[in-house]
Amino acid sequence: MDQIQITNLLYLIAAIGFIVGIKRLSHPRTARSGNFLASLGMLVAIIATLTSGTNFDWPLIGLGVGIGSILGILVAIRIQMTQMPQMVAIFNGLGGAASALVASAAYLSGSDSSYIIMCMSVLIGTLTFSGSFVAFGKLQGFISGKAITFTGQQAINALIFGSAMALLTVHNFNLLPDDTIFYTITALALMLGIGLTIPIGGADMPVVISLLNSYSGIAATATGFLLGNNALIISGSLVGASGLILTNIMCKGMNRSLVNVIFGAVGSESSSDASIQKEMNIKSYSTIEAAMILDAAEKIIIVPGYGLAVAQAQHVAREVADTLEAQGKKVLYAIHPVAGRMPGHMNVLLAEANVPYDLLKDLDEINPEFEDCDVALILGANDVVNPAARHDQSSPIYGMPILNVDKARTVIINKRSMNPGFAGVQNELFGYDNSIMVFGDAKDMLNDLLKELREL
Amino acid sequence: MEINIINLITIFILAVFVGNEIINKVPPTLHTPLMSGSNAISGIAIVGALLAITADGELSTYFGLAALICATINVVGGFLVTDRMLKMFKKK
Repeated sequence: MDQIQITNLLYLIAAIGFIVGIKRLSHPRTARSGNFLASLGMLVAIIATLTSGTNFDWPLIGLGVGIGSILGILVAIRIQMTQMPQMVAIFNGLGGAASALVASAAYLSGSDSSYIIMCMSVLIGTLTFSGSFVAFGKLQGFISGKAITFTGQQAINALIFGSAMALLTVHNFNLLPDDTIFYTITALALMLGIGLTIPIGGADMPVVISLLNSYSGIAATATGFLLGNNALIISGSLVGASGLILTNIMCKGMNRSLVNVIFGAVGSESSSDASIQKEMNIKSYSTIEAAMILDAAEKIIIVPGYGLAVAQAQHVAREVADTLEAQGKKVLYAIHPVAGRMPGHMNVLLAEANVPYDLLKDLDEINPEFEDCDVALILGANDVVNPAARHDQSSPIYGMPILNVDKARTVIINKRSMNPGFAGVQNELFGYDNSIMVFGDAKDMLNDLLKELREL
Repeated sequence: MEINIINLITIFILAVFVGNEIINKVPPTLHTPLMSGSNAISGIAIVGALLAITADGELSTYFGLAALICATINVVGGFLVTDRMLKMFKKK
């Protein structure tokens, strides 16, 4: 076997590591070993590369790997679970940047690869980079989390994209120098990434993160085509597919199409519907009364929303659940697909609070359970439990799959105030006959509840 | 090295199908680790970055270095944080 064959064989082994690694993510029991296997695959890919050439600048490689490793370890250790969406946004951006930089390096070194592929690779990588950093800024609160829209926005984005494509076509006629076209396309891609991300905000952020995740994979694939490298093509495709599938799941969770998320800018609509509020008869209960209802219940379903995580109350929620379980009651958790700020976010936040994963039930699993459930305890969730989504065609959330908490015998809702949720819609559930409200900060309320339950 | 574009497209299409199959089997509870893990895998650009860092000392080498730093953060940070999360998932 010659050197090229050995290298390609090692790349194949690396790809198998990634594929089997992701396959093992199909169950929490095997997931950790899967992640380890994927990291071994990456090691094999790196070794394959370093044994394939002879002209490496070793000190510089050591420097790059050293700096990157230190930063990577710091981020991995220090990041809080609530900040996971921000971290993924940054990593998406770095992935895009790495691909764009590799393509630029190939261009600068006078690679004989297709000029079009080089430009496409830089275009995708760069727009992933700028888009991801806008998404990060929004999640972190550096820029307004709301959708930023103005008239002609879509026309401008279309113009930027059109110009980039026109420049690629112009290249065939040798009207402009290669350099000019290459750098202009890079600049246009930077603007396009920003332009595509700023009009998306609020509840749509999980979709954007998933979509940018997919882009970072596609950028790696494009770079794979550029270098003729199988490892990049296969890994990039896996990530691209993963991001697209998650994007699709998030869109379904909100009953939106992807086109609607990208061009619809719902996060900004200052809901005119919400102002026409129906009269609602709200029953406000004290924590003691809530504790008494829970004490009499046998089956309880907890519905956590992002508000719970913001208040860092998932730990005390688990203590309440433990206390109820110790009294022989059945406690389950209902997790809506868009409960957190990114796919699966709420599950990680609850796992961090030591909630066993077999108690976390997704939408399809838990909805039939509400009918014979004594108490649904809603903690910081709002739009995902609004029954209007089932029947009120005038509601902006109509058609969105929701958790059918109203089917439970009693619904206890903890909220800080009567402010509407992300979609700006007032929740008719609060006025239902079987609903009671317990106002207050989630953490304080749960601490009180815990005390009352132990005293009863 | 001669690049056969049809072979590359073949590999690409097959990889997309494989990806689609295996990722659809990942349960919602593991979607966040899936994303951070795929962040790490998209750090595969590290391969391209290493190939760009040649001893010629040209400008392209420094682009390669910047790419190497970005990709290494992705690989190291991505796999570590995924492991940190998966460690927390416990059965009752």
